[in-house]
Amino acid sequence: MITLQNIHKSYQMGLNPLHVLKGIDLQIEKGELVSIMGSSGSGKSTLLNIIGILDNHDEGEYKLDGKIIANLSETKAALLRNEYIGFVFQSFNLISFKNAMENVALPLYYKKISRKKRNKIAMDYLDKVGLLDWAEHMPNELSGGQKQRVAIARSLIARPKVILADEPTGALDSSTSYEVMEILRNINQEGITVIIVTHEDDISRMTKRVIKLKDGIIEADYVPKPLQNSSLNGSGSRLADKENVTLNIQT
Amino acid sequence: MFDLDKWQEIFAALKKNKMRTFLTAFGVFWGIFMLVIMLGSGRGLQNAVFDGMKDFATNSLFVWTQPTSEPYDGFPRGRRFYFRNDDIEALRNNIPEIDIIAPRLQAGGGTSSTDNVIRGIKTGSFTVNGDYPEWNLIDPVKMLDGRFLNHLDLLHRRKVAVIGDMVKNILFGKDEDPLGEYIRINGVYFQVVGVFSPLNSNIGFGGDKAQSIFIPFTTLQQTYNYGNIVGWFAITAREDIPVGIVDDKVRELLKRRHRVAPHDNHAIAGVNLEEQFIRVKGLFLGIDILVWIVGIGTLLAGVIGISNIMLIVVKERTKEIGIQRALGATPRKIISQIISESVFLTTIAGYMGLSLAVFLLELINRALLASGADNQAFKNPEVDLNIAIAALIILIVAGAFAGLMPANRAISIKPIDALRDE
Repeated sequence: MITLQNIHKSYQMGLNPLHVLKGIDLQIEKGELVSIMGSSGSGKSTLLNIIGILDNHDEGEYKLDGKIIANLSETKAALLRNEYIGFVFQSFNLISFKNAMENVALPLYYKKISRKKRNKIAMDYLDKVGLLDWAEHMPNELSGGQKQRVAIARSLIARPKVILADEPTGALDSSTSYEVMEILRNINQEGITVIIVTHEDDISRMTKRVIKLKDGIIEADYVPKPLQNSSLNGSGSRLADKENVTLNIQT
Repeated sequence: MFDLDKWQEIFAALKKNKMRTFLTAFGVFWGIFMLVIMLGSGRGLQNAVFDGMKDFATNSLFVWTQPTSEPYDGFPRGRRFYFRNDDIEALRNNIPEIDIIAPRLQAGGGTSSTDNVIRGIKTGSFTVNGDYPEWNLIDPVKMLDGRFLNHLDLLHRRKVAVIGDMVKNILFGKDEDPLGEYIRINGVYFQVVGVFSPLNSNIGFGGDKAQSIFIPFTTLQQTYNYGNIVGWFAITAREDIPVGIVDDKVRELLKRRHRVAPHDNHAIAGVNLEEQFIRVKGLFLGIDILVWIVGIGTLLAGVIGISNIMLIVVKERTKEIGIQRALGATPRKIISQIISESVFLTTIAGYMGLSLAVFLLELINRALLASGADNQAFKNPEVDLNIAIAALIILIVAGAFAGLMPANRAISIKPIDALRDE
């Protein structure tokens, strides 16, 4: 589904270029549930933005569903985003003056689907994330978890092939985080590729593959040891688990 | 193509940002409101003035005598002289450019405080004019009753009078018919043959025209011992001939006939109405230009206001735009959305400003009509519909341009930067 070869990306920060991605090679198949980890500044968000065609890469080749993504006009990029990719953001990014249903329906508006129809579909997706009763509520009347669920419903409505989630649980408490992760896992089970950027260990361990970034290169790519139910509460056991995970280190 | 969804989106965005919408709209509203009010007021002023001059022969000139200012041909300076009846023929025979000559002579009244006209126990002080029937071609009156003077009146020196409506009101009872009745003017009885009301109140020759009386020129000369003296001449030029040319020729001829120094401009005084008319027109052209400059300035301020506020709006909505683009909104969609918002706002605000201004002008107009004031300084304040529509179209186009710059700015920001914007 996603093939990255030798991807480089620099930002111009003042006078000095900041080399953020230094040659990323990555292959993500259809239906994978991947988390990208790394400390801040490791380039994980940049990578996600390049995958999401929100940003351009400087060097290397990026194929999305077999299509080479390079030098796209904004219009084409927008159409590809609309067709292939659903975004979930840390800060939810709901449009404040639209209610939950309208927010969910927005991607379909860009697909030129009639209001009535897209609102009906939006209700179905809100039902899926358990927010049917909150359809008419404005974002500021929803809790963080509810907002993120609305955002997830919105990312799903255009039937994308890939969901990109940038720190989806970053602004949520842990029990809400697990709820959101549960929803993302369910989505993955329907065959949609889900890529999550996180710096939380327990979140990454709820995915099926972890890609660890450090200083713009992939440091590790491994299958995490699934999180035990008992370890959901208790930080001591979580620490113990962590030592067992580094099995699949790439060099 | 009409896209209902798009308009619903626009409407929702505007509705959810009421303050912003209001502020944006107000600048435009005010701009066009002021423009229309100013244009309408200017027009109202103009209408009032031109209405006051309506029907008056604007290609006319008036000449009268004054004491000479130079000694000439054996006469000392300061000599008084008068136009005479034979000047009429001389003017007509020697100056082919003259169309109408109406000699006139005034007998007392007007500004004098003693009552000169008496009927029974009712008296009044009125201007009494000795006139030719041609006078009615230069300064027309509206005949309410009876007839104006005719040539037979002059030929037979009939003692007939045509009285103004105010004269009638003063000398006659409400239900009395003045026609055929007699009034005493400076001690001599005249029969009333007509009642008139003046058509234009802004051009007058001493006193209120409604308070004047016309009697035959010849009758006045004979009755009040004026001999063959003519008070002044009202003369119109033939079509297409500038009044100035006729003016020069008339003065020259009259100076020669009355042995006045050729360069003594003081001896024969006069008014060239065409000149005055052109001057008034020029004045209103000036007012018009001023109104347009100020109006367009105000409008421009409104448009700049829109552009400014749209820039803020775009800045404010950078994140929202980023989200929309992440969700698949094409740049075209974003531009179209912002421009549509801007144009929609300007149109609605402009239309409201236009309507309210027109409504206000109409209200003023109604109030003026209802007050029934005769000598209005303000009449029919109105705005040319074409001008109003043109202003609105300019505004809409300006609104589109006002939206274009912020819209371009909005899409020049990378979606990722837009999303990061806090």
